[in-house]
Amino acid sequence: MFDLISIELYKIFKKWRTYIGFIALGVLVPLIHIAMVLEGKNTIDFMTRNIQESFVFVGNLLNTYLISYIILTSLAVHIPFLITLVAGDLLAGEATSGTYRMLITRPISRTKLVVVKFIAGLIYTNLLVLWLAFLSLVVGYFIFGTGELLIIDGQMIIIFESGDVLWRFLLAYGFATLGMTAVASLAFLFSSLVENAIGPIISTMAIIIVFVILSAIQVEFFQNIKPYLFTTHIMSWRLFFENPLDINEILKSAANLIIHIVVFFGLTLFIFRKKDILT
Amino acid sequence: MNENEKVIEIKNLTKRFKNLTAVDQLNLNVYKGDVFGFLGPNGAGKSTTIRMLLTLIKPDNGTIKIFGKDLQKERLAILKNVGSIVEKPDFYGYLSAYKNLEILGRISGIEVTKNLIMKNLELVGLESRYKSKVKTFSHGMKQRLGIAQALLHDPELIILDEPTTGLDPMGMKEIRDLIIHLSKELNKTIFLSSHLLNEVEMVANRMIIINKGTTKVEGEVKELLNKNRLFVTIEVENPDTALDVLKNSQWISKMKNQINATFEFNIDANEIPHLNKFLVEQNVLVNSIIPRRSLEEYFLNITNGVSNV
Repeated sequence: MFDLISIELYKIFKKWRTYIGFIALGVLVPLIHIAMVLEGKNTIDFMTRNIQESFVFVGNLLNTYLISYIILTSLAVHIPFLITLVAGDLLAGEATSGTYRMLITRPISRTKLVVVKFIAGLIYTNLLVLWLAFLSLVVGYFIFGTGELLIIDGQMIIIFESGDVLWRFLLAYGFATLGMTAVASLAFLFSSLVENAIGPIISTMAIIIVFVILSAIQVEFFQNIKPYLFTTHIMSWRLFFENPLDINEILKSAANLIIHIVVFFGLTLFIFRKKDILT
Repeated sequence: MNENEKVIEIKNLTKRFKNLTAVDQLNLNVYKGDVFGFLGPNGAGKSTTIRMLLTLIKPDNGTIKIFGKDLQKERLAILKNVGSIVEKPDFYGYLSAYKNLEILGRISGIEVTKNLIMKNLELVGLESRYKSKVKTFSHGMKQRLGIAQALLHDPELIILDEPTTGLDPMGMKEIRDLIIHLSKELNKTIFLSSHLLNEVEMVANRMIIINKGTTKVEGEVKELLNKNRLFVTIEVENPDTALDVLKNSQWISKMKNQINATFEFNIDANEIPHLNKFLVEQNVLVNSIIPRRSLEEYFLNITNGVSNV
């Protein structure tokens, strides 16, 4: 199994499209860092404009934690696109290139083939989120250093002490990985249905956009279904930046994402095992 | 060959795609050591049958046994001993020929050594291009690489689906020679699909012709092709005279068709000189005599859509 996963990863990392996500983040995050070096003070002033009269802020507010939080908030919506570039290609790419035939006529079960590809897709997803974490937290640390994390959430100001932040970020990134895995699973499912990788990429993004729009519409019907949509829970990493932690809500969100992952993967397996390979 | 040495045994195999029955109650047997020609015009159901043999698609009815084992139940054990090319061989174009073979070998669960890969590349004449990315290969080179991957795990049975499609005459000959080598020197059983009768004739010992998914002719190639019965086309200068003299002779019963100055007869090979002599003696000016074997005629008819049988 490990050998097969390593083959799959080798194939993934031999394709240039795999690096689009890493390059995009590798350009975007440093750009944000540069912008923060140049304009960071103004950003902090803008964030705290309504409370400056009531509070006096001391210390290094413009630190790697704040910037990582801003980056995670901004990019979490866009990273799914980078994930689908690879996840949508995992099965459909074999159909497009005609290599399905070579694979399936080998003495390997279809179940194993799907499992191996799925695991390879998960590893890519994890690496991409890890890369984001590295660029945000580690590179940011060398530029901005650490400090308290100030979060203004609506009417609420939350300040975390410097020593109380890192573990929250680690868990938040872990949770973000779970969310991205749900996205990858959906793209993987679509990838098993078609013979061109463009379809799964567009379909997955279309579903995410539609679900996000539905969630934003303030109509009771949509608000009732909102808790069941996986897109609602992709952003639940934010729950780790509440005080106290709402464990119940975190577990509910995690369960929702895990159920989606299991269902999407189960459907993929079912479809692929039954599928006639006509390409 | 005897019954106990069946390598492939297909019984009542049927596959439908919506309203189209691609393969209909197909039966065939391939024996150990056979180079078995699987003939039929385009759309006859050859590729569908091969895809079922390789578990790419599932049959609606019927059974397939390979090496005496049920394909549905013992797929993995069977495929360990089967090498194949299905239609045009496609590879990971962004990887080298060497890496493609290495990956396919590892997926097959065999110990892949550099020696093994190079030996197979050498067999198909690609050893000097082992580092080249497959996307730079011509169609012929991909076909040869396809054969290399089919042989990589040293299978007993090799299934080749139209392996000479798109090749130039030299490439076609190379593939034919390779098939003969695999059969004669390495004792492989080969299932060769083709829409070219002469190609099958040159390499196969047994064959089947299918059309519209059903068996039309099956047997030993020599037996089927060397039957004395021929379709003979005779073109004459004076067709009216020819028709008159034929009508008053025993040859009229063997005449199958007349189109303008062309007469078609279904006769034995040894009757050709007698017919020619008769016509000449009756002052019929014979321009040409073209003999064709019955099977060839039959195959041409179904290939050209003349016959629906």
